[in-house]
Amino acid sequence: MAIDTPVKATAHQASPGPSAASSRPRRRVPFSKLWVKIVVTLLLVVEIYPLVWMFLTSLKSNSDYLNHSTWSLPTTWEWGNYAEAWTTGHIGLYVRNSLLAVVPALALILLLGAAAGFALQVMVWKGRNLTLLIFLAGMMVPPQMILLPLFTVYFQTGLSGTLWPLILTYTGTGLPLTVFMMATYYKSVPRELFEAATIDGAGILRSFWTISVPMVRNALLTVGLVEFFFIWNDLLIALTFTNSQDLRTVQVGLLNFTGDFGATQYGPLFAAICLNVFGTLLIYLFLNQKVMKGLTSGALKG
Amino acid sequence: MHRVLGDRRAIAILLGPALLVYSLIMLVPMVWSLGYSFTKGNSIDGFTGNGFANFSRLLDDPAVRHALWFTLKYAVVVTAGQVVAGYLLALLYVFFLKRASALVRTLVFFPVVLPTVAVGLLFQKFFQVAPQTGPVNSLLNAVGIDSIDFFGSSSSAFWVLIVMDIWRSMGFYAVLLFAGLVDIPEEVLESARLDGATGLRLVRHIVLPLSLPVLMSSLIFSINGTLKAFDSIVALTNGGPGNSTTPLTLYMFQTSFTYGDYGYGSTIAVLLTVVCLLVSLVVFRVSRRDLTEG
Repeated sequence: MAIDTPVKATAHQASPGPSAASSRPRRRVPFSKLWVKIVVTLLLVVEIYPLVWMFLTSLKSNSDYLNHSTWSLPTTWEWGNYAEAWTTGHIGLYVRNSLLAVVPALALILLLGAAAGFALQVMVWKGRNLTLLIFLAGMMVPPQMILLPLFTVYFQTGLSGTLWPLILTYTGTGLPLTVFMMATYYKSVPRELFEAATIDGAGILRSFWTISVPMVRNALLTVGLVEFFFIWNDLLIALTFTNSQDLRTVQVGLLNFTGDFGATQYGPLFAAICLNVFGTLLIYLFLNQKVMKGLTSGALKG
Repeated sequence: MHRVLGDRRAIAILLGPALLVYSLIMLVPMVWSLGYSFTKGNSIDGFTGNGFANFSRLLDDPAVRHALWFTLKYAVVVTAGQVVAGYLLALLYVFFLKRASALVRTLVFFPVVLPTVAVGLLFQKFFQVAPQTGPVNSLLNAVGIDSIDFFGSSSSAFWVLIVMDIWRSMGFYAVLLFAGLVDIPEEVLESARLDGATGLRLVRHIVLPLSLPVLMSSLIFSINGTLKAFDSIVALTNGGPGNSTTPLTLYMFQTSFTYGDYGYGSTIAVLLTVVCLLVSLVVFRVSRRDLTEG
């Protein structure tokens, strides 16, 4: 469903009603503009101010935070809080771990998901609807249902001390939505295209890779963004499978943020939260239309 | 021609890896968890079978009853809040902001992509009373109300959770429902207006029935997500004070990993799964009936 379809223009064809209707301008509801402005302003303050407050607080020193009003600007702008959070607070290490887990998982999800979506939508065989349903079932079941057996297996195979449990689990849990969304996207690619390619001598595997993948490039980006946010923001799986500090992802690290500080240092803590937020903010800044479209279409199909 | 698109070897190569990973990571562990629920122990000490003991314990456990109640209460309130707030926003976008709504939509959507843990910590500090008076409490002080220890009582902690989740996701539901509202043909609205339907009556009799399908999918999506809520609750209250804001998801996690009781943990996971499936089924059936009647 298109998110940014503009509101359809009023069609003023034959208006059978009283003539007042046709002279009325497009402003249909006689609410005052001021009322709308106040609501929108309030809305934006409520949505944005917490983030501004968090950013300002991240630049305060500990005593500044504890002794001055929460509304005040920092007395000294402690940019060093960010360096502290990154090194002493280990956020640098956590970001590296997150990237090392998320990037391979994302690549696997997209590759396997696109191939499976192709096999389920473009290829013709008995039982493909049933297989799609089996994938769908995975979206309903809470992840708590799979954690314990996986933990046992990872523990017994010695994978526990690595990032592999995260990569594998993220791939498995990310596949249902990806397969489903890719299958939906392949619906709009006509089968004849692949049949024609075969006449030209391309094997079906080759036409999957050289014809279909470039055609659904956009869809791959959208699905990739959706899965990225799911995996990057995940806490439950990361909390379960990271048993040492060296393996913590950003979310787990942030939850246990004390670093080597001893007592809580508020400036670096807020700096750490900001660093975590700014990563996603940056992506959203450039790709917000895609993100909005992807996340909502995932919901409508689910 | 179907021979090419029905090539079994190609299907196996394309579908095989995904199906294998999915089966090993999701399908097999689901069945395995069900098996665990008849045992006692954990992966370090080993497992011993104990029949239906976990299930009878489940029935008698006041903590489970509380967690189940909290899960349902939280899911219903958050779902209602998210969808209603989202719907109001969508109406605002479509009928008042019109073309100017793109920027507002984008800004209000933004918190959806923020890491839940970061949002949880942010709200914790935003509503805190000590060591520093947070913005909410200092606002209360400014109008002459004493600071409230939001995380000290279960009911206020519950409401902070609700506020946070609605804050986080209303922009998402607004965009979702906006898509449904935009699809309503302008001619239908225009002719309803000519018949004298304006404001609330227009919404109730024309807009609401026509946007029912997308409203129902939002509802299903929302309830399905809120029943499984974990991250936001762990980050904001960690189930406290006491265990008063502990949903089944968190109780399962604590039972398994804090107390090392995988058997009972699996039993709670089974209960959670059953609850999720039942609720989805009920919502789905109700929405089906409404759609065919409406």
